[in-house]
Amino acid sequence: MTATVRGERDTVGLAPPGPGRPWHARLLGPAAFTAIAVLALVVAPLALEPFRLGLLAKYLCYAIVALGIGLAWGQGGMLTLGQGVFFGLGGYAMGMYLKLHDAGGHLPDFMVWSGVEKLPPLWVPFGNPVFAIAFAVAGPVLLALLLGTLVFRQRVRGAYFAILTQALAAATVILLVGQQGLTGGTNGLTNFFDLFGQDLAADETQRGLYLVVAAVLGLLYLVARQLVRSRFGRLLVAIRDGEDRVRFLGYDPATVKTVTFAVSAGMAGLAGALFVPVVGIISPALLGVVPSLELVVAVAVGGRFSLAGAVLGAVVMGYAKTSFSEQFADGWLYLQGALFILVMTLAPKGLLGLAARARDLLPSRRRA
Amino acid sequence: MEAIVNQLPIGLSIGAVLLLIALGLTFTFGQMGVINMAHGEFIMAGAYTAYLLQDWAGRQAVIVALPVAFGVAGLMGLVLERAAIRHFYGRPLDTLLLTWGVSLVLQQAARDLFGAPNVQVQAPSWLQGGIGILPYNRLFIMALAIGSVVAVWAYMSRTSQGRRMRAVMQNRQLAAVMGINTGRVDQRTFFIGSGLAGIAGVALTLIGPVGPALGTYYIVDAFLVVVAGGLGQLRGAVIAAVALGLLNSYAEFWTNASLAKVIVFVAIIAFLQVRPQGLFVLRSRALT
Amino acid sequence: MRNSAWRIGAAVALLATGLAACGGQSSTSSSGGTAAGGDSGIKVGILHSLSGTMAISEVTVRDAELLAIEEINAAGGVLGKKLVPVVEDGASDWPTFAEKATKLIAQDKVATVFGGWTSASRKAMLPVFEKRKALLWYPVQYEGLESSPYIFYTGATTNQQIVPGLDYLKEKGKKKIFLVGSDYVFPRTANKIIKAYAAANGMQVLGEEYTPLGHTEYSTLVNKVVQAKPDAVFNTLNGDSNVAFFKQLKSAGVTAEAMPVMSVSVAEEEVKGIGVDNIAGHLVAWNYYQTTENPANTKFVEAFKAKYGADRVTSDPMEAGYNAVYLWAEAAKKAGSTDVEAVKKAAGGISLDRPEGKVTIDGENQHMYKTARIGVIEPDGQIKEVWNSGSPIKPDPYLKTYPWAGGLA
Repeated sequence: MTATVRGERDTVGLAPPGPGRPWHARLLGPAAFTAIAVLALVVAPLALEPFRLGLLAKYLCYAIVALGIGLAWGQGGMLTLGQGVFFGLGGYAMGMYLKLHDAGGHLPDFMVWSGVEKLPPLWVPFGNPVFAIAFAVAGPVLLALLLGTLVFRQRVRGAYFAILTQALAAATVILLVGQQGLTGGTNGLTNFFDLFGQDLAADETQRGLYLVVAAVLGLLYLVARQLVRSRFGRLLVAIRDGEDRVRFLGYDPATVKTVTFAVSAGMAGLAGALFVPVVGIISPALLGVVPSLELVVAVAVGGRFSLAGAVLGAVVMGYAKTSFSEQFADGWLYLQGALFILVMTLAPKGLLGLAARARDLLPSRRRA
Repeated sequence: MEAIVNQLPIGLSIGAVLLLIALGLTFTFGQMGVINMAHGEFIMAGAYTAYLLQDWAGRQAVIVALPVAFGVAGLMGLVLERAAIRHFYGRPLDTLLLTWGVSLVLQQAARDLFGAPNVQVQAPSWLQGGIGILPYNRLFIMALAIGSVVAVWAYMSRTSQGRRMRAVMQNRQLAAVMGINTGRVDQRTFFIGSGLAGIAGVALTLIGPVGPALGTYYIVDAFLVVVAGGLGQLRGAVIAAVALGLLNSYAEFWTNASLAKVIVFVAIIAFLQVRPQGLFVLRSRALT
Repeated sequence: MRNSAWRIGAAVALLATGLAACGGQSSTSSSGGTAAGGDSGIKVGILHSLSGTMAISEVTVRDAELLAIEEINAAGGVLGKKLVPVVEDGASDWPTFAEKATKLIAQDKVATVFGGWTSASRKAMLPVFEKRKALLWYPVQYEGLESSPYIFYTGATTNQQIVPGLDYLKEKGKKKIFLVGSDYVFPRTANKIIKAYAAANGMQVLGEEYTPLGHTEYSTLVNKVVQAKPDAVFNTLNGDSNVAFFKQLKSAGVTAEAMPVMSVSVAEEEVKGIGVDNIAGHLVAWNYYQTTENPANTKFVEAFKAKYGADRVTSDPMEAGYNAVYLWAEAAKKAGSTDVEAVKKAAGGISLDRPEGKVTIDGENQHMYKTARIGVIEPDGQIKEVWNSGSPIKPDPYLKTYPWAGGLA
């Protein structure tokens, strides 16, 4: 049983800043953040060719989802395997707007070949970009609030919550695929041309979108970090480490968990809305069991106990998947699988945990 | 009307399939808290075992394969437990990610070993035909499911090994204090749980495709059965499998296959509202 | 402490290996390609699912396309240059298809791409090819109602496969049919066409059922089919579902004599996985079978078996992929260039003797004139042709020449 305490219970990564830490340690975080921001906002758009920049924008969209997972799972202990559902809600909201905009008053192309004759009422409000974008965030938030209220009140947790959200992802995919006239079926929504008057195929548009995605990610990271460092964040961690004990102290864990879950869902929805113009497609394949799991794995690889780890993991795993599959079109799954297995076994706290341990290791050697 | 009556045995036979694929999971997931995403690939290993045995057992391969597949899948499980999972006890959610990586690797390995296309396993000729709407191969699967449940029950409640297993499941520390070698029990549990997946794999060759993606088709359903039945609860799994089988059968009959799946998922989510720990709960006073 | 130091060391080593593997990507342009070509080669992209659920089908098409490239290179290449295939994995995931297509066009600068299988993968790639004005050769029969200026469709459109299949059932007096399909675009569109055809031809559709992709539990559906007592079943199931459907149909005691199933997504390759016992006697509709008799096919089958093994079979989509490479090469030769617009202009009217017979490119909609063939599955796993359209049928993706199809597009 001694081994069981390891990992799940202790917090690692970035400890909250306290007066006890020396000034250079306190400055390390902001300095790193600024350096990365400069790298992402200035260097990357200049250095990368448009195709690679587009891929990076895609990884950053995933990183926004990962940030939410880092919050819900890393801080709150809620292993959500259905984050793709929220991502998809946001993505479809955006996709519906783009489709209607491109169709310019006519029926979107896929409805024509699906035999739909009149625009379904569900689609009508999505002609308005403000509504579409607002829904991309509010839709997932409301769904998560509803789900969270139902589930957490009943104290469904741990593996049950994981499997439940996984079933939700599976059911959503089947529903979306089955309503071809409404959702485009397996094909999903694709073939977009224009975003607010900008040609989506143009390199400048894509560069602009990249900057928006990067800025949104940076902003959300700061917000999430503030949340984690607040009283609310400490309560969240406390619930992760001992839910019953927190309840005995008079707090209501269900509310805290539900709110966190909703925040992470909102992030995923926003990421989905950004993803669609960047990548040019939203389809059920993007929000099923496997992509949802892949994101959780990415967070684990990066280091779930810190928000930076979650972001790092999403980018690293996205990059690894692309380049593994480009290099070894035939056997890249071996590499991807091996990477998970090795990181999970050798570095249970992910890459950032590894870095933190390496740092801890050095002075202790010196002392010895 | 006849069609409605027919759906009853069909539902039971779907339940039998669900039970077979989930039985192994009640061991590994229920008793050890290990969420083994590679369970589907152990099922696949069982199916390929039957395929390989055709070379010398011919059409009786399915029968010969039952014990062999139990051993093959069980050994794979044992290796997985020894090599990786034993480092993860107490971190059940991490095992989910770990074993998912394993499942990806196993799928790709199957693709490289046996080729991407499906392979064929011939059913024994005495399993052709049937009684009414129920083919003999479905009856065979039902019999196999019942047999497996009885064997598992007998093992758990009538042997000393089974008693030790239950002891570890109910309270690991106390069991260890009593002198039970929990590591040994874990290995045994994982061997049996994975072996049962192998048996399910052999049975599935009678009704479905045999290919590298085989495991992915069943894994989510298997987890749902275990969750609805309650972790580590044999009777829970039996009742949940049969109930879900019947629900699936009638829901599909009155609507369609896609909607039926959604209905089943929604039913489980709703059910967990009423019983968040599944049908049967292992009582524990442990503070979590 | 020693233990953790070891762990960190191992993890760092692992990461280094991973990064090293990713490192050279910008320099290696023919990554994953199987043939090493000199600087003077012409790069062509091959983009199929090599992993995931669709790998089962798409790997075989890739094999056929690589064979064609090898043969063309052995015969001197195109415009004096060898073809260098750049192989990418679409991973059975539509957005990945779009990503890899972009990579092939933007980074590898391939002359053309051969790829795709599912309609969804084609729809995902379509905007990429249209916006970047690059060329895709799509080798699989599909649901029609599309004609992209940057895609050549070397598989059948609906009037070269589904309509002949229905004509055959009608001719055989099968008046009552039941529709079974996977839940995606091709079956739904195909069934729309079938229902319009049935209404105009005095046929009766007794039922229409869809199952999710990868579905394997067919006992309820089989019960519905048996209760409806149709003369024939029209099957548009995809991939692994076919295995479960035919196994469970057979064990429910349904015979091919009493209730033949006409399939449009089951070819020689799939028959092996389904098991001949379970499907012998049922019908399929395609444009090519391994048994199709003509010299070009004899050569194709021999070359394929020589390269990939005597136990391998050839099928319609493989042949269409194999043709695509030859048709593109011919167009490039005629154009004297691999420039996309020049190739497109030169392609119209090109006519070659292929394993399926004469294939002609329709310059207008970039589909092929193809001969429709109905076959029955033999106990040896091969497909015997029982009917053909006599001459190649003009492609009509929007079914404009069929009065009963008025309301469809």
